[in-house]
Parts: sequence; structure tokens; C-alpha cells
Amino acid sequence: MQKQSVFQSKLLPYALVAPQLAIVLIFFYWPAAQAVVQSFLLQDAFGLSTSFVWFENYQDILSQPDYFAAIVRTFVFSFAIAFSSLSSALLLAVMADKPLRGGTLYRTLLIWPYAVAPPVVGVLWVFMLHPSLGILARGLRGMGIDWNPLLDGNQAALLIILAAAWKQISYNFLFFLAGLQSIPKSVIEAAAIDGARPMRRFWTVTFPLLSPTIFFLLVINIVYAFFDTFGIIDTMTRGGPAKATETMVYKVYVDGLLGGNLGGSAAQSVILMVIVIGLTAIQFRFVERKVTY
Amino acid sequence: MANVTLRNVRKTYPGGFEAIKGIDFEVGDGQFCVLVGPSGCGKSTLLRMVAGLETITGGQIDIGGRVVNQVEPADRDIAMVFQNYALYPHMSVYNNMAYGLRNRGMAEPEIRKRVEEAARILELATMLDRKPRQLSGGQRQRVAMGRAIVRQPKVFLFDEPLSNLDAKLRIAMRVEIRKLQRRLSTTSIYVTHDQLEAMTLADTLVVMNGGVVEQIGNPLEIYQRPATTFVAAFIGAPPMNLMPLTSDELRSQLASDINASEAGILGIRPEDFVISSESIPGAIVLGLTVEAVEHVGAETFVYGTRQREEQGVAANPGELPPGEVIVRVPGATGPAIGQRIRAVAPREKLHLFTADGRRRVG
Repeated sequence: MQKQSVFQSKLLPYALVAPQLAIVLIFFYWPAAQAVVQSFLLQDAFGLSTSFVWFENYQDILSQPDYFAAIVRTFVFSFAIAFSSLSSALLLAVMADKPLRGGTLYRTLLIWPYAVAPPVVGVLWVFMLHPSLGILARGLRGMGIDWNPLLDGNQAALLIILAAAWKQISYNFLFFLAGLQSIPKSVIEAAAIDGARPMRRFWTVTFPLLSPTIFFLLVINIVYAFFDTFGIIDTMTRGGPAKATETMVYKVYVDGLLGGNLGGSAAQSVILMVIVIGLTAIQFRFVERKVTY
Repeated sequence: MANVTLRNVRKTYPGGFEAIKGIDFEVGDGQFCVLVGPSGCGKSTLLRMVAGLETITGGQIDIGGRVVNQVEPADRDIAMVFQNYALYPHMSVYNNMAYGLRNRGMAEPEIRKRVEEAARILELATMLDRKPRQLSGGQRQRVAMGRAIVRQPKVFLFDEPLSNLDAKLRIAMRVEIRKLQRRLSTTSIYVTHDQLEAMTLADTLVVMNGGVVEQIGNPLEIYQRPATTFVAAFIGAPPMNLMPLTSDELRSQLASDINASEAGILGIRPEDFVISSESIPGAIVLGLTVEAVEHVGAETFVYGTRQREEQGVAANPGELPPGEVIVRVPGATGPAIGQRIRAVAPREKLHLFTADGRRRVG
């Protein structure tokens, strides 16, 4: 059932949507268009002249081995973050869905990390895992692990994945909990009477019925890992050591703002934009078609 | 094949609410037992306790000679049909029925045999590949039945399985369920709030109210000799007329009766009245003013009020407002509104209860 409002004036509805449209145009379409234009331009070192160079910036960026390394790194990070935060959130949601004493408190607390801004998350984890300051780092040292993410690229990558995944768990938890609660209780009870043990019940009934939620979250998490990890990377590692944590979005920043290569940076942005548009398109097609019952 | 025995079964929720207050009854092997009562009387809770979906806080439930209080639902050898069918939405009809058998490690050819046999009985053979959402309500209901029968369990449990269907389908499915149960002769417990469903299906009828059993027995017996005013008002539609014996008029009509001295409430079923000017010895005569007439076709219900306003009996489900009396007249002709009539009920059709309605005295 949809409610339809009738407006007296023909201009009023346009006036009402205008502020939102203005925001979208100014803060999204305008910079996006600028990036597309910029990606075809080349400026001389002193900023005195600008020339139109067609696809030279793209050719340049795509011929850099560095850029391919960043693409691969970004995908590895994304899948690692999505997988670890989705699986831990699902585990927590399944536990929280059971009737518990103080369950509401537990659920509320689990949602809190979502309110923490990404750079703050970065700082929190840096403090905990800093090789000379961190409490957890001391513990790791104590166990005989040579923990130093400032020097070891793999450890730095692990740190970023950990922090980024931790931050996203709350969001995923919320959706999983809602998904679990929308599964009729009697279906689970029917499975119990049908002789399925809790583990089998989960994999043959609950998990398939959650698949629309899982797919939705998978896409959201990947997009999150693509972009929103910027704050975490910037506060924790600044892309280092030796570019071991430089993802595509961080490279856009490094090349453009720090390196002054505006054309190359813009070309990277456009490539990123295309990837995300592609992911979103897949999501909508898939979600609308397949995974609804 | 099994007996189900309940011994002083109780359910108290952690908050202290007592949903089931000590229930005893036995369902014989192959019997069809119906639990009936108004919503909130504990009948579904009791069924879920038999299924193992609710814990038992007191007493014993015994299935086929084994106390099952601590046994998991999966190990009780029961099958249950839920009100909302509880089909697995992501599985085909075939897989819905096969799921329980696969969980028990049955060989695939045997599963196929059983599912196809059930599909044939339930006329689902052409729909085995469909998903539940592609089926109508009645078809979903039959899949839920199929899922129960392929298992060949000791006991079938039904939790208001027909209440989501439309009236016509409900009657058709009611007959189907009864036929199927006779054919398989599996012990069954069936929960409903519909007294007509209860009457037509049951071998044994258990009337519940407020967590206790009001009466257990054969449905006709219960209809003819209700043990309490609650049962009298709940079983039968339209309900029995219950009149307090406070007025001198009614009491004097019963003066010659020995049982009547103990009685506080008089009950008469609408169909036991005759509109007549004759007087039969021992009969009760009510003078009524016709307020409303309902024509159902084969019969007519006349709603009348007695001359004097009477104090009503405590309001129970389905009960009439104080002073109002329903009289059933066969055929399509009834008196006109406003007309005065004389409703006569013979002595052997009268039901007498104590003033609190908890006991029958004649």
C-alpha cells in the first residue's frame, strides 16, 4: 500500500526535493565529473599549462606494476575483511539470538563499535598493537612472536584487516540478528522434530534462509573495505611499511595529494568508481532475482 | 503405534505464571484425541510439551511406555503439523518431505519410495519439484501432512492445522485428516479452538480452560452431559442457554424435582425447545418476546428475552447476555419480531448445575 500525496502547486514537489538534489549534484556528480575530466588532462610541473592527453594517464597508470600490486592488495584486503567480519558477526548473532539472561544488554553493547569513527578505530588498535607501547603486542612478544608491524608488511596488513573487520562486525551483527529473527521459529522447531541436530539445523535451514542477508552484507562489506578503510590505513600505517598496506583508495590519495599527479590520481578514481558501480549493479540484479524465496 | 499418557503434567513459567495446572489423561493406541478450549487455555502449550518444544516443569509424559520428559524432540518419534505449516521455504516439496528421513540416514531409494507414496495419497505427485511459495494454502497444508506421514512416527501432533485455511477448504481438509488418520491408525493429538472441528474429529475430546481439564470423554457424551457450565457454553453452536435459578418463576416450575434443590443454574440447548401452547408435565415453560430471528435455511434461530430481567451468569466465552434465550426452530419459518412465544423444554432435556457452575447435579 502506498500513500499518495496530492500537491496543489506543481512547483512544490520540485522545491521539496531540490535540497537533496543539490547535495547529490554538488558533492557527488560535480566532483565525479571533475575527476573524469581531470583524468584526461596533463599539467606541467609548474602548473602553468594544461593539455588534453586522451587516455595517456590511464595507459600510464595501468602500465605501473605498483598499481597492479595495489589492485591485488585491495581485493585481498576486501575479501579478508568481509570474510572475517561476516563470520564473526554471524557467530555472535546466532549466540545473541538465543534466549539469554541480559540478552538486550549484550546486543546493545555489540552494536557500539559501529559508532566509532574509522580513524579512532585505527588509533585504538595502534595503541593496543604498537610494538613498543601496545598491551597486546607485549603479550605477543611474551609468546615468542616477533611482532613488529612497523617493519613487517604482512603483520601491518593483518593489523589493518583486524581493525577494519572489528569495526564492521557491529553493522553485520545488526543485520544478521534481524535476519535470524525474521526466520519463523516454527520452521526451526519443525527441523528439530525432523531430527536435525543444532549444527545440521544451522547449515541446512538457518544458513540458506539467511543467504539474502549474507549476500547483501558481502557487497556492503566489500565496498566498505574499498573506501572506508582509508581512515584506518591513514592513522595506522600510512600505506607502509614499503607500501605493504597501500590500497587503491590510499594510492589515489598518495599519488594525487602527496605526489601531485592529479591526472594519474583522477584516472585511478575513475577506475575505482567503475569497479564500485559494477559491484552495485551485480548486487541489485542478484538480490532482486535469486535470493528471495 | 503407541499410547500417550500424561500424569499430573504441569508447566510454570519462570515468571511464576502457571500455564498448565496438573493434567492427566491417556490417549489409546491409534486414537484421535482433540484438545479444545478458548485461546490462552494452555492447549497449545500442552501439545508443545508432548512434542518436546517446551520443558515440563512437573509430572510425566509417557509415549509408548517410555517417559520422555528429558528426551529431545527428535528422539520422541513424533511428527508435528504446525498452524503456519512451517515448511522449509528454500526446499522443494520433495525435499521438504525427504528432509526428516535424510536426517535419520535413510537410503535414498527408500526415501523416494516413501515420499512418492505420501505424494500419491495427498495428491501432490505433480508438485514435487515446486517450492512452497508456488503452492496454495491447501497444498501447503498437504505438504505439511506429507512431511509428517513419511516419517511413520508413533504419534502425530496437530497444532491448529486448519485455522489458516478458508471455511470451505477447512471442512474438506477436516474430512481428509480424519480419513488419513483412520487409514494409518496412528495415535494423534489435535489442538483446536473450533468446537465443531473438535466434535467431528475426536475419538476422545479433552475440553480445557485456564490450564485445567474441564471434561474428558466421547464428543457426543460431552455434548449431551456437559460436566460444567463452561463446557455447556463452549461445546455447541449456538451455545446452551444458561439461566440462574434465582427467580421464583423458574424455581417453582422445578419444585417437584429432587435434584433441583442443589441446583443454581439451569441449562437448555436451543434445539431442545419447542414453541408450543401445550403444557407437558415436568417441562419448563418460558414466555419470550422475540427480539431477532436468524434464518440459516434448514433451521431458524429465534432470539428472545424473558419477561423479567434476570441476573446473568458470569460471562464465559460464547455465552448469552443475561435474560436472552435462543430457541432453534427447524425449517425456514419462525415467529415475527415482537411476537410473544411460549418455549417449552421437556424435563429430560434440562441440564442442572451448581450455582458456581463447577458441577453438574442433574
